[in-house]
Amino acid sequence: MIRELGILIALAVVVAVTALVNTLFLSGQGIRDLLLNACLVALLTVGQTMVVITRNVDLSVGSVLGLSAFVTADTFAVNPVLAIVVGLVVGALCGLLNGVLVGLGRVPSLVVTLGTLSVFRGLDFMWAQGRQINAANLPDGFLALGSGSVLGLPYLVIITVLVLAVAALHLGSYRSGRELYAIGSNPEAAVLVGIPVGRRVFTTFLMSGTVAGLAGVLAVARYGTVDATVGTGLELQVISAVVVGGVAIFGGSGTVVGAALGALLLSTIGSALEVVHIAQFWQQAITGALLIAAIALDRSVALRVAARLRRQSRGVSA
Amino acid sequence: MKTLLRWESALFVLLVLVVVGGSAATGGSFLTDRGAFNVGSDLAVMALIALPLTLVIVAAEIDLSVASVLGLSSALIGVLWNDGWPLEAILPFVIVVGAVCGAVNGFLVTKLGLPSLAVTIGSLALYRGLAFVVLGDKAVADFPDSYTQFGTTPVPGTWIPYPIVLFVVLAVVFGLLLHATTFGRAVFAIGANEEAARFSGIRVKRTKFILFVLTGAVAALAGIVYTLRFASARADNGTGLELEVVTAVLLGGVSIFGGRGTIGGVVLATLVLGGLTDALILDDVATEVVTLVTGILLLASVFAPAVTHRPTRGTP
Repeated sequence: MIRELGILIALAVVVAVTALVNTLFLSGQGIRDLLLNACLVALLTVGQTMVVITRNVDLSVGSVLGLSAFVTADTFAVNPVLAIVVGLVVGALCGLLNGVLVGLGRVPSLVVTLGTLSVFRGLDFMWAQGRQINAANLPDGFLALGSGSVLGLPYLVIITVLVLAVAALHLGSYRSGRELYAIGSNPEAAVLVGIPVGRRVFTTFLMSGTVAGLAGVLAVARYGTVDATVGTGLELQVISAVVVGGVAIFGGSGTVVGAALGALLLSTIGSALEVVHIAQFWQQAITGALLIAAIALDRSVALRVAARLRRQSRGVSA
Repeated sequence: MKTLLRWESALFVLLVLVVVGGSAATGGSFLTDRGAFNVGSDLAVMALIALPLTLVIVAAEIDLSVASVLGLSSALIGVLWNDGWPLEAILPFVIVVGAVCGAVNGFLVTKLGLPSLAVTIGSLALYRGLAFVVLGDKAVADFPDSYTQFGTTPVPGTWIPYPIVLFVVLAVVFGLLLHATTFGRAVFAIGANEEAARFSGIRVKRTKFILFVLTGAVAALAGIVYTLRFASARADNGTGLELEVVTAVLLGGVSIFGGRGTIGGVVLATLVLGGLTDALILDDVATEVVTLVTGILLLASVFAPAVTHRPTRGTP
């Protein structure tokens, strides 16, 4: 909880400072934009968090989102409902492939998802054949999903929060969720106590792919225009958000809520820089510096906790 | 060692297939002097960075910031050239900056004990961001021909591009460094079992630090080659190249868990990738399909050994 609090404070400071410079930043529309901009990355962090907790990584999420987005947009001409289902299925199939290779094939996830990052993007380009699908080709009802809202809350935000809640509940209160932390903390020990490590890791990749598929469908609704490059490079933003959000890159700790707040913080910093008229060129540099600071901080906290535990255990035995 | 030799032979067979298939599919334009020149020039930038990165991965670390260092180096060349610096001063300066970038990575990994994957994802964004901060989205292209010829013309009397000469020299240097020196043996020992390496008196942190500095310096050198080859200094030069380089290293049979790999394998792998890319592009296949094929090759290269003999989990 302390880590989430830290991110919240950082978020509050960024928002407060920016609001002082430009009052529009905290208008109703301003807040809506902040939330909407963070939504897709926040959604992707849900799957990524589960993967990273097990001491793995999924670099293919940007490509999965892109592939799913194009296939969805392309299927709309045939059947709108089918399109959404197909988008989700494409994501799930991508996750399935990653999961089989990593969870069951025991190939390191960094290498597998580096490979599938290229493979999925390649498939995306082969499918698209240089075409672009515009909002004019999509039904208004679907586009409203990306821009509309109920009771002032955008649909996108509601969907993201729902997915977050389900994942948080699963990770926090269900045995299969808690076991992910055990796997990430100590894979050998997890095997010894009888946790089905391969199957659990497989499931996290399946989840990550499915969520990326959902994000792909929603990306179509939000942007309306889709080509084969959608989501390129997004994986680094997602991993940055996860790490800034307090999920240890070496597995075993972190929450989806923290990661989502990390996504919100990063996208808010981006918007804030624009609002206070700092050249956008600084945005990437600041994100990078922040990411490094976050892991350094995380490391020092971990070391301090370990030292305290050692002292305590000495006190008990004495 | 046996499986290693087998993998390199497999790569060699693959290379022959690419060359023969490429020549057949492209109706002979592949192996003409011009074709070979283009393969070589396009290959050189990626291949240069793959050399020091091989050592880093053998030591069970990773550096994803290499393409951003390349971009920063290119942006600096542009800015300093606009400021009227002579290229003779810019080039060494840029390499020093690259080494400093590597030193920052090395410091964070060795002194603070942070995981290199996370650190270099961070510095990937940081260095690329700094590239945009110094040059913005401008392009600087008014370099004198006498310099850009380095990247666009072959060594007189041959088809060999100068960048390939540079690559061959560095490949020999890094090959000797990894396979024929105490330093190289230390790199293997660290990758195989860091704890054991430390207990046997190897200065683990210093060795890793040097590897990151070398990688940064060579990435900046690759930035110089890139800038001269395309006669264009831009902050976004080489974006995404880190994935290609890592692919080449892993395809070359270097284990992502460290402790295993050869410079020879990586050189073969870069040739396979370069030849494949060129044959496919000459054959009018979209570059994106090349990406797809590269990805499949990478998956096959890690999956084949994983099926035949299962590695122990994590770093052994």
